[in-house]
Amino acid sequence: MFTKNFEQWNGFKGGDWQKEINLRDFIQQNVTPYEGGSEFLQPATERTKHLMDKLNQLLTIEQHFNGVLDIDTTTVSSLTAYKPGYLDKENELIVGLQTNRPLKRGVNPFGGIKMARKACEAYGYKLSDKIEDEFQYRTTHNDGVFRVYSDEMRKVRHAGILTGLPDAYGRGRIIGDYRRVALYGIDLLIEEKQNDKREIAMGDFDADSIRLSEELFQQINFLGKLKEMAAMYGYDISEPAKNAREAIQWTYFAYLAANKEQNGAAMSLGRVSSFIDIYIERDIKNGVLDESSAQELVDDFVMKLRMARHLRTPEYNELFGGDPMWITESLGGMGEDGRTLVTKNTFRFLNTLYNLGPAPEPNLTVLWSEKLPKPFKDFCAKVSIDTDSIQYENDDLMRPIYGDDYAIACCVSAMKVGKQMQFFGARCNLAKLLLLALNGGYDTYSKTQAAPEMSVYDEDILDYDKVMERFNHYEKWICRLYINTLNVIHYMHDKYAYEKTQMALHDTNVTRFMACGVAGLSVIADSLSAIKYAKVKAIRDENGYIVDFETTGDFPKYGNDDDRVDSIAKDILHSVSTELKKTKTYRNAITTLSVLTITSNVMYGKKTGSTPDGRKAGEPFAPGANPMHNREHNGALSSLNSVAKLSYEDCRDGISNTFSITPTALGNDKESRTQNLVTILDGYFAQMAHHINVNVMNRDTLIDAYNNPEKYPNLTIRVSGYAVNFHKLSREQQREVISRTFHERV
Amino acid sequence: MLGKIHSFQSMGTVDGPGVRFVVFMQGCPLRCAYCHNPDTWEYETKSTIFATAEEVFAKVKRCKAYFGKDGGVTVSGGEVLLQAEFVTELFKFCKKENISTCIDTSGCILNEKVKKLLDLTDTVLLDIKMTNTEDYKKYVGTTLEQVMSFLAVLEDKKINTWIRQVIVPQFNDTQENLFNLYNLVKGYKCIKKVELLPFRKLCSDKYKELNIEFPFEKYNECSPKRIEEMKEIFEKISS
Repeated sequence: MFTKNFEQWNGFKGGDWQKEINLRDFIQQNVTPYEGGSEFLQPATERTKHLMDKLNQLLTIEQHFNGVLDIDTTTVSSLTAYKPGYLDKENELIVGLQTNRPLKRGVNPFGGIKMARKACEAYGYKLSDKIEDEFQYRTTHNDGVFRVYSDEMRKVRHAGILTGLPDAYGRGRIIGDYRRVALYGIDLLIEEKQNDKREIAMGDFDADSIRLSEELFQQINFLGKLKEMAAMYGYDISEPAKNAREAIQWTYFAYLAANKEQNGAAMSLGRVSSFIDIYIERDIKNGVLDESSAQELVDDFVMKLRMARHLRTPEYNELFGGDPMWITESLGGMGEDGRTLVTKNTFRFLNTLYNLGPAPEPNLTVLWSEKLPKPFKDFCAKVSIDTDSIQYENDDLMRPIYGDDYAIACCVSAMKVGKQMQFFGARCNLAKLLLLALNGGYDTYSKTQAAPEMSVYDEDILDYDKVMERFNHYEKWICRLYINTLNVIHYMHDKYAYEKTQMALHDTNVTRFMACGVAGLSVIADSLSAIKYAKVKAIRDENGYIVDFETTGDFPKYGNDDDRVDSIAKDILHSVSTELKKTKTYRNAITTLSVLTITSNVMYGKKTGSTPDGRKAGEPFAPGANPMHNREHNGALSSLNSVAKLSYEDCRDGISNTFSITPTALGNDKESRTQNLVTILDGYFAQMAHHINVNVMNRDTLIDAYNNPEKYPNLTIRVSGYAVNFHKLSREQQREVISRTFHERV
Repeated sequence: MLGKIHSFQSMGTVDGPGVRFVVFMQGCPLRCAYCHNPDTWEYETKSTIFATAEEVFAKVKRCKAYFGKDGGVTVSGGEVLLQAEFVTELFKFCKKENISTCIDTSGCILNEKVKKLLDLTDTVLLDIKMTNTEDYKKYVGTTLEQVMSFLAVLEDKKINTWIRQVIVPQFNDTQENLFNLYNLVKGYKCIKKVELLPFRKLCSDKYKELNIEFPFEKYNECSPKRIEEMKEIFEKISS
């Protein structure tokens, strides 16, 4: 508790937020819900266009250099390591870059020095001797993990059963409450953390409180560095921001500091637009800002976000295609009191897709509610159709769980801003687990005994009950191993690569989630359905291992709103979720589960042998919770219905669905396409579905873009959970996107 | 009673107002030269789905959440009027649940059963396939008079009607044809919309598979540009 009354707060309605760090209360007291349409929006100013031209030129050059413009190989990235950088010092309204020059990437070896070294080499650079020397005597997160990994953990990792684990890179998916810096200023935040630290010292010291106490020391230290960083740009952020421009600048500095400190897999922004709207409204009321200037500030902010870069290896990009940052900004949603949290600034954020052109970042995520104002729904649908750059998540599903000040990290992970965080846990390949179960733990891909040994399934025809019995046996084993592996990873991440800036912008006592995931849901559901409803014969290699299947007869396929198979998908998630919860987690994190693959469904498919559903060895999985391509026979809504049956209760970390549709399949003219998309979204979410990516485009366009990249420099598409520039995907990933089911007009 | 159904399309956005669940019925007495669904002609095939109205309604109802204020169910085909009794049963279920009903038809059958069906139909998509008797005979297999008397019933029953015509380049993409079409439809209060649809040839493969000759194979598809031009001309004529 504190008693403050900064003059920067003049004009705001008071409340609990003046006595404690409480962003939600500030927003609730001061937000101006907007229920109108998009007519008020202003186009890009000449200044914005000029800056954007400059940025576009740099982006073109970056593309020519294989996607990496420049690397500073001699400096370890941190808050104050680089001199201030600018895109155009004279004309920028919001300043701050990760390094001293735009799009130049820093090196961040705290996750693992090998990753940093490899990434430099992949783009023709060499990590400097200076950094190599420094890190010779330093333990990285990666070192720590491998000191403890058991043989079994190494094996399942090597065999690709647990994949994409954040054991060699920053875990990410933590959202600092960057707004706190704007509302309170750094000094007050430091004071509060000091109080928390003193309070801990009043109790007994044990491992937990000692760790937390040291973490607080680091948090306070980095808040100081954040202030220093801002000072290098000529700003004093000790005190609260006094106007809209400062509010954006302070918020951005906080985000920038986190980005300089951490090369996290997903560096999401949170839920800042309606917070900033409060400052804009005040400035407009005071006559110091007009609509065009307000849009200009937002445009400039978003331009900065679009320049965020991390240095990553090509292998990493194979997993997470398109060099993503997941600067997810959650837009809209409803307040618990029934007022909408849509403000004019929510529109302004979406309007950047017109003013600056479509782009994958920031990852604009609309929190959809049945009760959102209709003009906002219409505008979202229009922007989706025009730009393919929005994803939607169900506010009516999440609000009762997380309240009305939560945000999405990465693609689908919900958390209360500044109060909850997660330990990212990548995913387990379920299709592969099924094959392991059949082969008694032997993995025909890595040719190793990757799991505990059991006899190979010895009958010719697969029997559903017998297969399930084996599967359940191996499921128990992997779920326990999975949690234990994550425990090791996150213990070490906390120890050697703790997110000091981001955690300084959380409450001291946070709730943690242990976010597990699964891949290959549709493959395993269809495979089990084939075993149950058709005849599946095992085909063996010379050693007796099952390497292929001969499936005769038809069987229900996931994606057709057919309960016979949809229930299999649902039950598997329930049983995986239940099993995972049985093992104790590091820091008592709450175990959650996601059905999300990002773009790694291509890679997982590559590492998985033929499956009973008819998918051949090496062929891609469907992304996230999507049905397999070309297995949907009843059209798009049936497919959505199948996905909507998966339970969010079992999958609290999100269920991702990517929906691709041709414009003509959505309606005959622009107006009806917009209206139809709105009712489809309403219908999908009314069934308590969780997430949907919307792509409205022709397959022909994608094929043309595949063959003639130069014709489509800014082609943005949505893949599971995020948007990506089509050309930043590997050729293989591009082919996979083209082969996906497009709902076409017949 | 069992309906003979060709297939379901859970998301139709171009067959009536809003988002619609479309049921394609199996069987058609006509043989239109540009038909897009030759696989629905036979009254029964190996892959025909037999289902009760209740079963079909269960599928429709699963999509009710997506219909919004305009959408609903559309029964197309094939020729929906051939199975008027079955569709009537289906529409009775729909009416009970306030789901809007629509049929997509050639208007080639008119009897008591059809009239009963129309009493439960909110919107009729009526094809006027050709604009003169000779072409109807040659390319369709029914008569223009038959279709016009069907339209008269729709007018009488005050059922919202959308007229549709497929535009085939070099065949009927003429001002004269549009003028004739206008003359056929003018004055009807029940007609809310006239839709000109571009001729497409995605169905070529279906003809090959079925080993049937595609009579309009020789014509080119109608380009988006051409269809826009035709729409503009029609608008001018009708204003």
